[in-house]
Amino acid sequence: MEPLNALVSVSNFMLIPALAYGSQLALGALGITLIFSILRFAHFAHGDTMALGTAAVIGGTLFLQARGASIDPLPTALLAIPFGILIMAAYMLVTDRLVYRYYRRVKAKPMIFVMASLGVMFVTNGVTRLFMGTGETRFEDGQRFIFTVREFREFTGLAEGLALRSSQAITIIVALIAMGVLFWFLNRTRAGKSMRAYSDNEDLALLSGINPERVVTITWVITAILLVLAGTLYGLDKGFRPFNYFQLLLPMFAAAILGGLGSPLGAIVGAYVVAFAELGITFAWRRVLSYLAPEGMEPSSMMQLLPVDYKFAVTFAILVIVLLFRPTGIFKGKVI
Amino acid sequence: MKKILLASTALAFSAGMAFADVKMGVLLGFTGPIESITPHMADGAEMAFREISESGLFLGGQTITPVRADSTCVDSSAAQAAAERMISSDGVVAIMGADCSGVTMAVLQNVAMSAGVPMISPSATSPAFTTTDSNGLFFRTSPSDARQGAILAGIVMERGFDSVALTYTNNDYGAGFANAFEESFLAAGGTITSKVAHEEARGDYSAEVGQLAAAGGDALVILGYVDGGGSMLRTAYELGAFENFFIGDGMYGDEMISAVGEALEGTIGTIPWAEGEGADRFHAMAEEAGVQGQSSYTRESYDAAALLALAAQAAGEATPEGIAANILNVANAPGEEILPGELARGLEILANGGEVNYVGATNVELVGPGEAAGSYREYVVEGGEYVTVQFH
Repeated sequence: MEPLNALVSVSNFMLIPALAYGSQLALGALGITLIFSILRFAHFAHGDTMALGTAAVIGGTLFLQARGASIDPLPTALLAIPFGILIMAAYMLVTDRLVYRYYRRVKAKPMIFVMASLGVMFVTNGVTRLFMGTGETRFEDGQRFIFTVREFREFTGLAEGLALRSSQAITIIVALIAMGVLFWFLNRTRAGKSMRAYSDNEDLALLSGINPERVVTITWVITAILLVLAGTLYGLDKGFRPFNYFQLLLPMFAAAILGGLGSPLGAIVGAYVVAFAELGITFAWRRVLSYLAPEGMEPSSMMQLLPVDYKFAVTFAILVIVLLFRPTGIFKGKVI
Repeated sequence: MKKILLASTALAFSAGMAFADVKMGVLLGFTGPIESITPHMADGAEMAFREISESGLFLGGQTITPVRADSTCVDSSAAQAAAERMISSDGVVAIMGADCSGVTMAVLQNVAMSAGVPMISPSATSPAFTTTDSNGLFFRTSPSDARQGAILAGIVMERGFDSVALTYTNNDYGAGFANAFEESFLAAGGTITSKVAHEEARGDYSAEVGQLAAAGGDALVILGYVDGGGSMLRTAYELGAFENFFIGDGMYGDEMISAVGEALEGTIGTIPWAEGEGADRFHAMAEEAGVQGQSSYTRESYDAAALLALAAQAAGEATPEGIAANILNVANAPGEEILPGELARGLEILANGGEVNYVGATNVELVGPGEAAGSYREYVVEGGEYVTVQFH
């Protein structure tokens, strides 16, 4: 039973939270990688656009709740996601028309695009706070747990417990579906193929009759879908607070760069690596190891590599190491 | 022409004097981790100021205008800027505040002490204020966490938990409180398996809870605020890391019950509290005025504001020096005892050269600058309500 207890304990405190967190990061990092490969700039407004998208979903959720609509035991927010996507697609297309299209026309350097997106970030940031304030908003409803620690203990008779929250399970399932659909779209549909062609070689794509504005529009819409999904899932899991979304920018970029910028598969792998590294390196392994260690050899220290406060330092370290030693990332992406 | 101008200016000036009112600062964290309790605290303080103004006895009929500003509870530079603005542009003569220990210390040392403006904090409970030399400018109406730490440690021990994990919010309040608790708890023969600081406003606390869980312990002691501390408690409960929780004064409030829900059931905590005639009168007055008197630190805020006004009356002038020099005189014996609602009587006695001993809503007794005596209420959460166990 001892190894089983160790597994349950590490799942409860590390594996399941990391899996959910990694899925949320993956959806965000996919958007960053798409924008980088098609529009060719690092989209700094990603975190705050995600917050605005979640705010739209929260607005939709409140409206639906007021109307009495519910899909219990699932959270109502899932019903409001299409509404959020609609709003965010419109918001991103308008931003593109107002800001980025001009720089595309004058063929500005990527760095200018990045600075423009920084401006968009600040504006979006302000718009979100205007509607939502700076505090925390919880919009999770429906059934909170699939099974609780107590139910698990009673059922299995193990000393250690395991809880699975609905939001975690929904996150993982929705993220997997979204990733699958995205790959199908990129590899099987005409629009997806034109996107990949445009990303590969802009001039050749133009010569073969691909409309660049159409590709750009599709990219923004797909990004909006990914953003709203990622933001809503993160908010369901951890509560909505605008500043936390801004802070997601670093791990999402770290994930995209680690996986190889421009590579969708890389973004997903990178996201899970970042999530597991963040949580695994700051995890106190004492309890888990004391189940595995032979009698009398139980560790007396916390067996923790870094204190919990250094979570973001782990991400930074990953970013720096990748940029130093393998700037193309795991899957040979582009170099910033 | 020139004469008329001069005369009218003089007239306007003197008219201004007649209506002159005294400005007093109310510096509280209207945004930030304790934003749910600060509006009630400000209401409590302003209730006292209103009572003074309406009596018509304050310094020959002057009134007090409260000036609110945001201390943010966590951002020292924002709090200092707010305090500076209060003093230099609004011209306040004294400050009722600030609230959280960290920003209060920053405002005291960097603004109030250089400007010579006295402060009475209703809720800065860090033990550090007891030993800080404020040139006689800093007072507080709530007792130090050094005592609360000892009392809470006693309660935990008494209930049979001699091995606990400890987490505190990462600031002056949390660290001071945690050290006080740790010292008393270890002295009483208990063990602290792990002591982990947590930050406010994080999305996810499972890593912090994981660390505490790895260390083990029969109960978790959380010394923080509703925001971070509440999330820690819920996460620890949901992950099955701990079953029994003890909390400090910063987490008391209705918001805590609605935010944390069933996980809070059975949790035991402490909060500075007063019982007796003063407290009862205050609650009755608050109810009449539409103020939530039962919220945390409303009583202390009322008392802090009343003390500032009485001290100005005792000095015979509303100046920072006069107020600072007289706070201890009006707060402690000897003198006529003054309860909430009797501020007019206190003003009258002082105007006639008598002495008062302000008792107020919390049985105020100041132990020199920077320290107050006081009592604590031990409560347990039962059925979504705070139920009093006993007073310490």
